[in-house]
Amino acid sequence: MEYATNLALTLPEVVLGIGGVLLMLVSAWGGPGATRAVSWTAVAVLAGAGVALLGPAGGGGDAFDGLYRADAFSTFAKVLIYVATAVSILIAPDFFRRTAGDDLRPEYPVLMLFSALGMGMMVSATDMLTLYVGLEMQSLAAYVLASFVRRDLRSAESGLKYFVLGSLASGILLYGISLVYGFTGTTLFDGIASAYAADAAGSAHSLGLVFGLVFVFAGLAFKIAAVPFHMWTPDVYQGAPTPVTAFFASAPKVAAMALAVRVAVEAMGPATDQWRQIVVFAALASIILGAVGAIGQSNVKRLLAYSSINNVGFALIGLAAGTEEGVAGVLTYMAIYIAMTLGSFLVVLQMRGADGVQVEEIASLSGMSRTRPALAAAMAMFMFSLAGIPPLFGFYAKFAVFDAAVAAGLFPLAAIGIAASTIGAYYYLRIVKTMYFDEAAPAFVKGNEGPLQGGLIAVAAVVISPLGYLTIPLLAGWSMAAAQSLF
Amino acid sequence: MDGFPILSLMLAIPAIAAVACLFLSAETARWTALAATLVDFVLGILLWSGFDVGGAQWQYVEQGARFGFFAWDLGIDGFALMLIMLSVFLMPICIGASWRSVTNRVPEYMAAFLLTEVLMIGTFAAQDLFLFYLFFEAGLIPMYLIIGIWGGANRIYASYKFFLYTLLGSLLMLVAMLYMAQTAGTSSIPALQAYDFPADVQTWLWLAFFASFAVKMPMWPVHTWLPDAHVQAPTAGSVILAGVLLKLGGYGFLRFSLPMFPEASGQLTWLIFALSAVAVIYTSLVALVQGDMKKLIAYSSVAHMAIVTIGLFAFNRQGIEGAMIMMLSHGLVSGALFLCVGVIYDRLHTREIARYGGLSINMPRYAMFFLFFTMASIGLPGTSGFVAEFLALMGTYQVSTWIALLCTTSIILGAAYMLYLYRRIAYGEIKSEEVRGMADLDRRELWLLAPIAAVVLWMGVYPESFLAPMRKDVGVLLQRIDRAAPTSDSQPTPGNPAAAPAAAAHHETTPGKAH
Repeated sequence: MEYATNLALTLPEVVLGIGGVLLMLVSAWGGPGATRAVSWTAVAVLAGAGVALLGPAGGGGDAFDGLYRADAFSTFAKVLIYVATAVSILIAPDFFRRTAGDDLRPEYPVLMLFSALGMGMMVSATDMLTLYVGLEMQSLAAYVLASFVRRDLRSAESGLKYFVLGSLASGILLYGISLVYGFTGTTLFDGIASAYAADAAGSAHSLGLVFGLVFVFAGLAFKIAAVPFHMWTPDVYQGAPTPVTAFFASAPKVAAMALAVRVAVEAMGPATDQWRQIVVFAALASIILGAVGAIGQSNVKRLLAYSSINNVGFALIGLAAGTEEGVAGVLTYMAIYIAMTLGSFLVVLQMRGADGVQVEEIASLSGMSRTRPALAAAMAMFMFSLAGIPPLFGFYAKFAVFDAAVAAGLFPLAAIGIAASTIGAYYYLRIVKTMYFDEAAPAFVKGNEGPLQGGLIAVAAVVISPLGYLTIPLLAGWSMAAAQSLF
Repeated sequence: MDGFPILSLMLAIPAIAAVACLFLSAETARWTALAATLVDFVLGILLWSGFDVGGAQWQYVEQGARFGFFAWDLGIDGFALMLIMLSVFLMPICIGASWRSVTNRVPEYMAAFLLTEVLMIGTFAAQDLFLFYLFFEAGLIPMYLIIGIWGGANRIYASYKFFLYTLLGSLLMLVAMLYMAQTAGTSSIPALQAYDFPADVQTWLWLAFFASFAVKMPMWPVHTWLPDAHVQAPTAGSVILAGVLLKLGGYGFLRFSLPMFPEASGQLTWLIFALSAVAVIYTSLVALVQGDMKKLIAYSSVAHMAIVTIGLFAFNRQGIEGAMIMMLSHGLVSGALFLCVGVIYDRLHTREIARYGGLSINMPRYAMFFLFFTMASIGLPGTSGFVAEFLALMGTYQVSTWIALLCTTSIILGAAYMLYLYRRIAYGEIKSEEVRGMADLDRRELWLLAPIAAVVLWMGVYPESFLAPMRKDVGVLLQRIDRAAPTSDSQPTPGNPAAAPAAAAHHETTPGKAH
């Protein structure tokens, strides 16, 4: 294949890479004064990468001898990733100016771009090595972002914790990859799949292949923060600056989930019966532990961290089905989840005390429905939606994955998972209760969210409102097309 | 009226008014809400007058757009028509009941009520399984807010309990619905009502639906959320909760459990009967010892709802018609009783029975209305309660004499707790100066109670008006479920010694009495 074709297939990554490098130069010379310009340019670069998906990069097939694949699945995931990254860039400058005491350094959007580049590689990877490089690229940028408020101990701690545990996860994953490579003789997903197929056809199963599968899944579970590899999430989410937390909870989640789906279906599809047990366990454990763990939290960011664990569990239910509907369900779930979680974090960003510093206690939301009725209504919608209560759009996300699980005959999984979502509803209700039933606490500083953040909250609220149902035909069709490209 | 989307219009008007209320002042919001509910009531009357009794089973059918997993399919039969009428009739009364007593966050309050109305009408009119579920489940949100924001002292506990209890029940139902839609290949309710699931699958599906409807109903032993929710909710909240939301459970049994899983319904009748018999006796006794008026009426609701369930699962015309009339009658009567409690609560701000006494002396008009609704609740002939209990128990008697015997105690015990309540509140000497100072019903309160009283009398004297629209639907339902009807324990045994099979049948259908 010609080199130009390869480049055309990877155009979004090329755009992000070149844009990132150029902006890094700009920020090195421009200093903090250039942040706003660099931020908007970075968003433009992301938009450009998105536009590039319209071309052959949106579904043109394999590039670089099967190391990389551009298909409907990767396109779906990339669109979500770019949107979430752009939002995370846009909400940052205000936050840093008020909370960190100094202006946001322009490296922030640049790191975001590199992270997005890594995520793009992750979701397009069809080779274990591409996968690993993409993952590390995303992670290294994320480690720095977590500790971006240099003077804040918690932020530094968060970055360090993320780095150490993330490295551990990478190690586990790499060990799994090496086992898989050792027993299959290839790192290409297609080759691995045929090795597993041959293994499944034979009478005796190779222990090495099973071990490799288990380690790969353990490493991936770390990245998506599924129980029992979730321990880093609450600490990192709490310590990281809020815009970065919003980022962690959205874009890398989608990327890691898409990556896990691709590995499970494309590389290890013939071994579905073997990994299904792992996924079922991780799904139920995440749902239950994520819900139970959230109940005792008093910090809203920790609560949302547990909520993200809980939500990953629901998304994994779709993967456990292992069918086209299941994968489409996972994608649908992640798309709606992004709107809900970014919306929630945008509201959290508005929680500021009299001095403008971020407040994170749930108790400080008290009576917000009186002091900030619109903001409280939006937050209540996000919470009910995360709990999966119709008529909000979060219900459709749960519907999609459970529908797939029931279609695959996984009745106990569906029944237990859906019953456990009642536990989750409890803590989402607690936020609504604090805002609507409790007496008013001192109001947050009013009216300084600006048109941008207010507008983003409004957009997220409209997306998850019953109006979101109008998008179902589109969303269902697109996610199904994406899922079919894997099978 | 064919072709005109009157059901969609009935949903749209309160929905638009609800959004509008949020942006209005308190006084304007009250008037907007009243106007919207009255318009819906007028539309309801048009709906009833245009309903072709004995005509097609499903009328006013609207086949709307399909949104991925559900379709905007609306349509009503006689059952749904009657329950929609109940909703739109009670709604303006609820708004009126909150006119003076709710002063806090009025626009949001009115919006929550209007939203509840939308969701209730939607639940009854939905012809798509998942559309039904959307409306059914979404009703939790406004009710949670109504109880939690405008409720009494212990409102937060009550709101949580209400929400989580009912949520857990309905989620299991969702899993069953997913399975049904996939297996039958359709989510249309009329189509599913004609689809035969294998008998063993039916049992599981039936149990999943039962988990939801038993909580909504509520049946013993999952009724405990109801007294809490009722006591803490504001007056109008209690009215709508007792009046319409409790009917969702009965409607669910009627619409889903019986026609979709007839075999399972037949096999599990003993479960319904047993739980209902316990509920009648146990909750009636609990009602006897309550010191809180609202709690007493709440427990009486559980007992009355048990009559609905036995009637439904009697598998015969009298039983089902009695159950439907009981739902309508209970909706009116218990709603009115909660309004009566609200009237004196507004004056003295306590629900404690012991604080009142002798109200018939200084509030004669109030005492008259209260007595009337007390009698209707007991089931005095001439009121709707009598028609309901008589039909339901007669239907039950044909299936199980034992259960009929046990459940008839509901009339005796009902008379005991209701008359005891009335004696303590209305008769005797006036308890205190505070009570002496209470004014009789004003014009607004009169306007709230009088229409309900009129309908209760109408239903008691000429129930045919309410039975006629449902008659054909009962027939259709019976035709569907007849094959699974449980055998009666009191079959006449003609002539020769057929004692053994009769005894066996007797044994089969009455284990309920052991509970």
